[in-house]
Amino acid sequence: MSELISAEARSWIGRSADPVRIEISRTDIRKYAIATEQQQAKFLNGDEAPAMFLFGALRPLIPMDQLGPDGIPPDKFLPDLPLKRVMAGGTEMQFHRPVKPGDVLIATRSLHDLVEKQGKTGPLIFVSYNLRVETEAGELVLEEKQTRIFR
Amino acid sequence: MNISEISVGDTLPERQHTATNVSLFLYNAVIWNPHRIHYDETYTTQVEKHPGVVIDGPLQGDWLNQVVVNWMGDAGQLATFNYSNRRASYLGETLTSGGAVTAFDADAGTVDVELFIKNEAGEVITPGTAQVRLG
Repeated sequence: MSELISAEARSWIGRSADPVRIEISRTDIRKYAIATEQQQAKFLNGDEAPAMFLFGALRPLIPMDQLGPDGIPPDKFLPDLPLKRVMAGGTEMQFHRPVKPGDVLIATRSLHDLVEKQGKTGPLIFVSYNLRVETEAGELVLEEKQTRIFR
Repeated sequence: MNISEISVGDTLPERQHTATNVSLFLYNAVIWNPHRIHYDETYTTQVEKHPGVVIDGPLQGDWLNQVVVNWMGDAGQLATFNYSNRRASYLGETLTSGGAVTAFDADAGTVDVELFIKNEAGEVITPGTAQVRLG
Protein backbone atom coordinates (compact mmCIF):
# COMPACT_ATOMS: atom_id res chain seq x y z
CA MET A 1 0.00 0.00 0.00
CA SER A 2 0.99 3.55 -0.63
CA GLU A 3 2.61 5.51 2.18
CA LEU A 4 2.65 8.96 0.59
CA ILE A 5 -0.86 9.08 -0.87
CA SER A 6 -3.49 9.52 1.84
CA ALA A 7 -6.94 7.95 1.73
CA GLU A 8 -8.35 11.46 1.42
CA ALA A 9 -6.15 12.12 -1.64
CA ARG A 10 -7.12 8.76 -3.10
CA SER A 11 -10.80 9.64 -2.76
CA TRP A 12 -10.22 12.30 -5.47
CA ILE A 13 -9.72 9.63 -8.15
CA GLY A 14 -12.59 9.84 -10.63
CA ARG A 15 -13.60 13.38 -9.66
CA SER A 16 -14.19 15.94 -12.43
CA ALA A 17 -13.33 19.64 -12.40
CA ASP A 18 -15.76 22.27 -13.63
CA PRO A 19 -15.76 22.40 -17.46
CA VAL A 20 -13.66 25.17 -19.04
CA ARG A 21 -14.90 27.09 -22.10
CA ILE A 22 -12.38 28.63 -24.50
CA GLU A 23 -12.61 30.53 -27.78
CA ILE A 24 -9.93 29.72 -30.37
CA SER A 25 -8.32 32.73 -32.06
CA ARG A 26 -6.18 32.79 -35.20
CA THR A 27 -3.74 35.18 -33.56
CA ASP A 28 -3.20 32.81 -30.62
CA ILE A 29 -2.56 29.92 -33.05
CA ARG A 30 -0.02 32.03 -34.99
CA LYS A 31 1.82 33.01 -31.80
CA TYR A 32 1.96 29.36 -30.71
CA ALA A 33 3.16 28.28 -34.17
CA ILE A 34 6.03 30.79 -34.08
CA ALA A 35 7.08 29.95 -30.52
CA THR A 36 7.19 26.22 -31.35
CA GLU A 37 8.93 26.73 -34.73
CA GLN A 38 6.22 25.05 -36.78
CA GLN A 39 7.01 24.46 -40.46
CA GLN A 40 3.53 23.87 -41.97
CA ALA A 41 1.86 26.94 -43.53
CA LYS A 42 -1.57 25.99 -42.12
CA PHE A 43 -0.20 26.43 -38.59
CA LEU A 44 1.91 29.53 -39.28
CA ASN A 45 -1.10 31.18 -40.98
CA GLY A 46 -3.37 30.19 -38.09
CA ASP A 47 -5.74 28.15 -40.29
CA GLU A 48 -5.42 25.12 -38.00
CA ALA A 49 -3.97 24.61 -34.53
CA PRO A 50 -0.92 22.37 -34.04
CA ALA A 51 -1.52 19.13 -32.13
CA MET A 52 -0.44 20.45 -28.73
CA PHE A 53 -1.94 23.94 -28.98
CA LEU A 54 -4.71 23.17 -26.48
CA PHE A 55 -2.14 22.32 -23.79
CA GLY A 56 -1.39 26.03 -23.55
CA ALA A 57 -4.83 27.35 -24.47
CA LEU A 58 -6.41 25.47 -21.57
CA ARG A 59 -4.02 26.68 -18.89
CA PRO A 60 -5.86 28.57 -16.14
CA LEU A 61 -6.11 32.37 -16.15
CA ILE A 62 -5.41 33.26 -12.52
CA PRO A 63 -4.96 36.75 -11.05
CA MET A 64 -1.29 37.63 -10.48
CA ASP A 65 -1.62 37.94 -6.69
CA GLN A 66 -2.62 34.27 -6.50
CA LEU A 67 0.53 32.91 -8.19
CA GLY A 68 2.94 31.07 -5.92
CA PRO A 69 6.57 32.09 -5.26
CA ASP A 70 7.58 29.55 -7.96
CA GLY A 71 5.24 31.36 -10.40
CA ILE A 72 2.82 28.45 -10.57
CA PRO A 73 -0.90 29.16 -10.16
CA PRO A 74 -2.68 27.19 -7.43
CA ASP A 75 -4.37 24.08 -8.77
CA LYS A 76 -7.64 23.70 -6.92
CA PHE A 77 -8.19 20.42 -8.71
CA LEU A 78 -5.42 18.56 -6.95
CA PRO A 79 -5.55 16.60 -3.69
CA ASP A 80 -3.11 17.43 -0.90
CA LEU A 81 0.15 15.55 -1.62
CA PRO A 82 3.34 15.50 0.51
CA LEU A 83 5.53 16.19 -2.56
CA LYS A 84 5.30 19.72 -3.94
CA ARG A 85 7.69 20.16 -6.89
CA VAL A 86 6.07 19.36 -10.21
CA MET A 87 7.51 18.21 -13.55
CA ALA A 88 5.90 17.38 -16.88
CA GLY A 89 5.46 13.63 -17.29
CA GLY A 90 4.02 13.06 -20.74
CA THR A 91 0.72 12.55 -22.46
CA GLU A 92 -1.44 10.23 -24.56
CA MET A 93 -3.64 12.03 -27.10
CA GLN A 94 -6.38 10.86 -29.46
CA PHE A 95 -7.38 13.45 -32.07
CA HIS A 96 -10.92 13.36 -33.43
CA ARG A 97 -11.16 16.67 -35.27
CA PRO A 98 -8.76 19.56 -36.04
CA VAL A 99 -9.00 22.75 -33.94
CA LYS A 100 -9.63 25.88 -36.04
CA PRO A 101 -10.04 29.62 -35.42
CA GLY A 102 -13.54 30.47 -34.26
CA ASP A 103 -14.07 27.13 -32.52
CA VAL A 104 -15.65 27.34 -29.08
CA LEU A 105 -14.54 24.36 -27.05
CA ILE A 106 -15.55 22.86 -23.71
CA ALA A 107 -12.84 20.96 -21.83
CA THR A 108 -13.44 18.72 -18.83
CA ARG A 109 -10.64 17.29 -16.73
CA SER A 110 -11.00 14.37 -14.32
CA LEU A 111 -8.46 12.81 -11.99
CA HIS A 112 -7.57 9.42 -13.46
CA ASP A 113 -5.05 8.02 -10.99
CA LEU A 114 -2.40 8.66 -8.32
CA VAL A 115 0.61 6.32 -8.37
CA GLU A 116 3.66 6.34 -6.09
CA LYS A 117 7.02 5.29 -7.59
CA GLN A 118 10.60 5.27 -6.40
CA GLY A 119 12.80 7.57 -8.49
CA LYS A 120 16.60 7.82 -8.56
CA THR A 121 16.54 10.82 -6.24
CA GLY A 122 13.63 9.83 -4.01
CA PRO A 123 9.91 9.11 -4.07
CA LEU A 124 7.71 10.36 -6.90
CA ILE A 125 3.95 10.63 -7.26
CA PHE A 126 2.52 10.33 -10.77
CA VAL A 127 -0.76 12.24 -11.10
CA SER A 128 -2.73 11.48 -14.25
CA TYR A 129 -5.73 13.35 -15.60
CA ASN A 130 -8.19 12.51 -18.32
CA LEU A 131 -9.06 15.47 -20.52
CA ARG A 132 -12.05 15.47 -22.83
CA VAL A 133 -12.55 18.36 -25.25
CA GLU A 134 -15.75 18.84 -27.25
CA THR A 135 -17.27 21.61 -29.34
CA GLU A 136 -20.20 23.49 -27.84
CA ALA A 137 -22.41 21.33 -30.07
CA GLY A 138 -21.01 18.21 -28.40
CA GLU A 139 -18.67 17.02 -31.19
CA LEU A 140 -15.66 15.20 -29.75
CA VAL A 141 -12.36 17.00 -30.52
CA LEU A 142 -9.68 15.48 -28.29
CA GLU A 143 -9.26 12.82 -25.62
CA GLU A 144 -6.06 12.98 -23.63
CA LYS A 145 -4.42 11.40 -20.58
CA GLN A 146 -1.87 13.82 -19.09
CA THR A 147 0.69 12.88 -16.46
CA ARG A 148 2.39 15.23 -14.01
CA ILE A 149 5.18 14.05 -11.72
CA PHE A 150 5.57 15.39 -8.16
CA ARG A 151 8.96 15.05 -6.50
CA MET B 1 6.10 11.48 -48.31
CA ASN B 2 4.90 9.07 -51.02
CA ILE B 3 2.30 6.66 -49.59
CA SER B 4 3.04 3.92 -52.12
CA GLU B 5 6.65 3.83 -50.99
CA ILE B 6 6.17 3.62 -47.20
CA SER B 7 7.75 0.63 -45.53
CA VAL B 8 8.52 -0.43 -41.98
CA GLY B 9 11.91 0.85 -40.92
CA ASP B 10 11.77 4.03 -43.02
CA THR B 11 13.31 6.90 -41.09
CA LEU B 12 11.70 10.31 -40.74
CA PRO B 13 13.84 13.42 -41.30
CA GLU B 14 15.79 14.52 -38.23
CA ARG B 15 15.81 18.12 -37.03
CA GLN B 16 17.88 19.98 -34.48
CA HIS B 17 16.40 22.25 -31.83
CA THR B 18 18.42 24.74 -29.82
CA ALA B 19 16.22 26.63 -27.36
CA THR B 20 17.31 30.15 -26.44
CA ASN B 21 16.26 32.52 -23.67
CA VAL B 22 14.10 34.27 -26.26
CA SER B 23 12.45 31.11 -27.60
CA LEU B 24 11.72 29.79 -24.09
CA PHE B 25 10.31 33.17 -23.05
CA LEU B 26 8.00 33.26 -26.07
CA TYR B 27 6.90 29.64 -25.64
CA ASN B 28 6.07 30.07 -21.95
CA ALA B 29 4.35 33.39 -22.59
CA VAL B 30 2.23 31.87 -25.34
CA ILE B 31 1.17 28.86 -23.23
CA TRP B 32 0.69 31.22 -20.24
CA ASN B 33 3.15 29.36 -18.03
CA PRO B 34 4.74 31.53 -15.32
CA HIS B 35 6.83 28.72 -13.72
CA ARG B 36 10.20 30.37 -12.99
CA ILE B 37 12.33 27.34 -13.92
CA HIS B 38 11.88 28.33 -17.58
CA TYR B 39 13.21 31.92 -17.40
CA ASP B 40 14.72 32.73 -13.99
CA GLU B 41 18.17 31.11 -13.82
CA THR B 42 19.04 32.20 -10.27
CA TYR B 43 15.77 30.83 -8.89
CA THR B 44 16.03 27.65 -10.98
CA THR B 45 19.51 26.71 -9.81
CA GLN B 46 19.34 27.98 -6.22
CA VAL B 47 15.78 27.13 -5.18
CA GLU B 48 14.67 24.22 -7.36
CA LYS B 49 18.28 22.94 -7.71
CA HIS B 50 18.28 22.32 -11.45
CA PRO B 51 21.63 22.69 -13.23
CA GLY B 52 20.14 25.30 -15.57
CA VAL B 53 17.01 26.83 -17.06
CA VAL B 54 14.67 23.94 -17.92
CA ILE B 55 13.46 23.30 -21.47
CA ASP B 56 9.73 22.60 -21.12
CA GLY B 57 8.68 18.95 -21.44
CA PRO B 58 5.61 19.83 -23.54
CA LEU B 59 7.78 21.92 -25.89
CA GLN B 60 9.79 18.76 -26.54
CA GLY B 61 6.47 16.98 -27.06
CA ASP B 62 5.57 19.58 -29.65
CA TRP B 63 8.90 19.19 -31.47
CA LEU B 64 8.34 15.42 -31.35
CA ASN B 65 4.96 15.50 -33.08
CA GLN B 66 6.32 17.92 -35.67
CA VAL B 67 8.60 15.10 -36.87
CA VAL B 68 5.59 13.12 -38.06
CA VAL B 69 3.40 16.11 -38.97
CA ASN B 70 6.11 17.54 -41.25
CA TRP B 71 6.83 14.11 -42.74
CA MET B 72 3.22 13.37 -43.69
CA GLY B 73 2.35 16.89 -44.84
CA ASP B 74 -1.16 16.90 -46.32
CA ALA B 75 -1.14 13.11 -46.91
CA GLY B 76 -2.76 12.35 -43.57
CA GLN B 77 -3.97 13.47 -40.15
CA LEU B 78 -2.47 12.74 -36.76
CA ALA B 79 -4.80 10.19 -35.09
CA THR B 80 -2.86 9.50 -31.89
CA PHE B 81 0.27 10.90 -30.26
CA ASN B 82 1.92 9.77 -27.02
CA TYR B 83 5.18 10.78 -25.34
CA SER B 84 6.99 10.58 -22.02
CA ASN B 85 9.45 13.08 -20.59
CA ARG B 86 12.14 10.72 -19.24
CA ARG B 87 15.03 13.11 -18.56
CA ALA B 88 15.19 16.86 -18.18
CA SER B 89 16.98 19.12 -20.66
CA TYR B 90 18.54 22.49 -20.01
CA LEU B 91 19.11 25.73 -21.89
CA GLY B 92 22.27 25.47 -23.97
CA GLU B 93 21.69 21.88 -25.12
CA THR B 94 20.96 21.10 -28.75
CA LEU B 95 18.34 18.39 -29.07
CA THR B 96 17.70 16.19 -32.11
CA SER B 97 14.22 14.98 -33.07
CA GLY B 98 13.51 12.08 -35.40
CA GLY B 99 11.65 8.83 -35.85
CA ALA B 100 10.95 5.71 -37.90
CA VAL B 101 7.98 3.79 -39.32
CA THR B 102 7.09 0.79 -37.13
CA ALA B 103 3.91 -0.42 -38.90
CA PHE B 104 2.02 0.29 -42.12
CA ASP B 105 -1.50 -0.99 -42.77
CA ALA B 106 -2.49 -0.07 -46.33
CA ASP B 107 -6.03 -1.49 -45.91
CA ALA B 108 -6.76 0.44 -42.74
CA GLY B 109 -4.88 3.49 -44.11
CA THR B 110 -2.73 3.85 -41.00
CA VAL B 111 0.98 4.35 -40.39
CA ASP B 112 2.55 3.88 -36.94
CA VAL B 113 5.78 5.65 -36.10
CA GLU B 114 8.10 5.79 -33.13
CA LEU B 115 9.64 9.13 -32.31
CA PHE B 116 12.55 10.37 -30.25
CA ILE B 117 14.22 13.45 -28.85
CA LYS B 118 17.90 12.81 -28.14
CA ASN B 119 20.31 14.97 -26.20
CA GLU B 120 23.90 15.68 -27.25
CA ALA B 121 25.06 12.51 -25.48
CA GLY B 122 22.75 10.53 -27.79
CA GLU B 123 20.37 9.56 -24.97
CA VAL B 124 16.68 9.40 -25.83
CA ILE B 125 15.20 11.84 -23.31
CA THR B 126 11.68 12.03 -24.77
CA PRO B 127 10.40 8.92 -26.56
CA GLY B 128 7.02 8.88 -28.26
CA THR B 129 4.73 7.16 -30.73
CA ALA B 130 2.12 8.37 -33.18
CA GLN B 131 -0.41 6.96 -35.59
CA VAL B 132 -1.28 8.72 -38.83
CA ARG B 133 -4.59 8.24 -40.61
CA LEU B 134 -3.93 8.58 -44.34
CA GLY B 135 -6.19 10.38 -46.76
